Amino acid sequence: MCLAVPMKIKSIDGMEAVAVSGGLVVPVQLDLVEGAQVDDYVIVHAGYAITIVDAAEAEETLEILTRLAEIGGGIA
Amino acid sequence: MKANGGRSLASRLAELGQRSDRTLKFMEVCGTHTMAAARSGLRSLLPANVRLISGPGCPVCVTPVGYVDHALALAARPEVIVATFGDLMRVPGSAPAGEARNPPSLARARAAGADVRTVYSPADALRLARDNPERVVVFLGVGFETTTPTIAAALLAAEKQAVTNFTVLSANKTVPIAMEVLAGADDLGLDGFLCPGHVSIIIGPEPYSPLVDRFGVACAIAGFEPAEIVAGVESLVDQVLSGRPAVDNTYASVVRPGGNERARALVEQVFEPCDSVWRGVGLIPGTGLQIVERLAGFDAARRFDVDLPEPVEPPGCRCGEVLRGVIEPSECPLFGRVCTPQNPRGACMVSSEGSCAASYLYAEDPVDSGSVREVVA
Repeated sequence: MCLAVPMKIKSIDGMEAVAVSGGLVVPVQLDLVEGAQVDDYVIVHAGYAITIVDAAEAEETLEILTRLAEIGGGIA
Repeated sequence: MKANGGRSLASRLAELGQRSDRTLKFMEVCGTHTMAAARSGLRSLLPANVRLISGPGCPVCVTPVGYVDHALALAARPEVIVATFGDLMRVPGSAPAGEARNPPSLARARAAGADVRTVYSPADALRLARDNPERVVVFLGVGFETTTPTIAAALLAAEKQAVTNFTVLSANKTVPIAMEVLAGADDLGLDGFLCPGHVSIIIGPEPYSPLVDRFGVACAIAGFEPAEIVAGVESLVDQVLSGRPAVDNTYASVVRPGGNERARALVEQVFEPCDSVWRGVGLIPGTGLQIVERLAGFDAARRFDVDLPEPVEPPGCRCGEVLRGVIEPSECPLFGRVCTPQNPRGACMVSSEGSCAASYLYAEDPVDSGSVREVVA
């Protein structure tokens, strides 16, 4: 299942990072992306970041999803 | 959304139907699109002359029953821990004669004592191998271009860290050539494809060009929100009506020209193309991935010699035709009667991305439209 929700990197230790989205905190592998840094947004698939997302785009997506959640649509 | 001048989704959808005097048929080739379209009710909101049919976009669903049999045979070995994504747990394997109602599955094998673990990431399976040095972990490699690099990365990490008890049973597949087979199928008569969003992050838009050049079908790469799927469908309609099919990237915020080269380079170190059987479509040359000779020690298929039964597809199951978009799930005689998410006969009803599961959960069939069925996960 592809999750299109961008996650924000909070810390990096070698190829292993910790990323957050909403209240969710997950370990994320960085093997597949080049030059990821703390505060970058990434799309995560099966525990691996597969691309770095432009911060403005990511924040817009998250804002839309948050608003949907508020009006009852849910992020699901 | 901004690009469409703030018009409502409903008015955009209605307008689509008025623009064509014939029925246009598009296929989405991504299980997440299938589920998103079902959950949002999008399919039922499309005008009658714009059809969005589901293709073979669910990796678990197109994996032939013989692969499940292979996984079950490995799970039966005492030294093996099978690690798998959750979707595969309840997919039926070959049922012995007279046992069609009780087919074997990894979930049943686990209940009977086999060591089968559900993991979220190939990295978890690698960790499992490190933590259990006296056992051999077999990770079930099922997935398309988005998932394969994650498996390649885990396998290369195992090599680097000398975790020799980590193995992969590969049924990984690649999508574009399978789309060419579907584009050339006369009985489908496809006008275009809604191309998979996250597969495209890895491969980029370029591999879809032969679909346009050789088969003249429209292609639009789309995201997963309902508005993004509609934008993709609008692009497909535009392309067909203008007579200028192309590969339109409507998900450019994350899908970039050239895709993710680093991910593909890792895949090339670990895998090489092979022929592959797709349930419902048959054998498609060059669409499978096998582990290269150099890494044979990490290949569960080479490492373990097991006896496998003759594969038997579930009797009466029409998964194959559903996966090609030839029939709707509700046209299968088993659908909703003996085949439900609680008691699935075919993979398409098991997987959270399967067309049958989507159709059942969100009651897409006309008889029950509007209601959402209660399902125990």
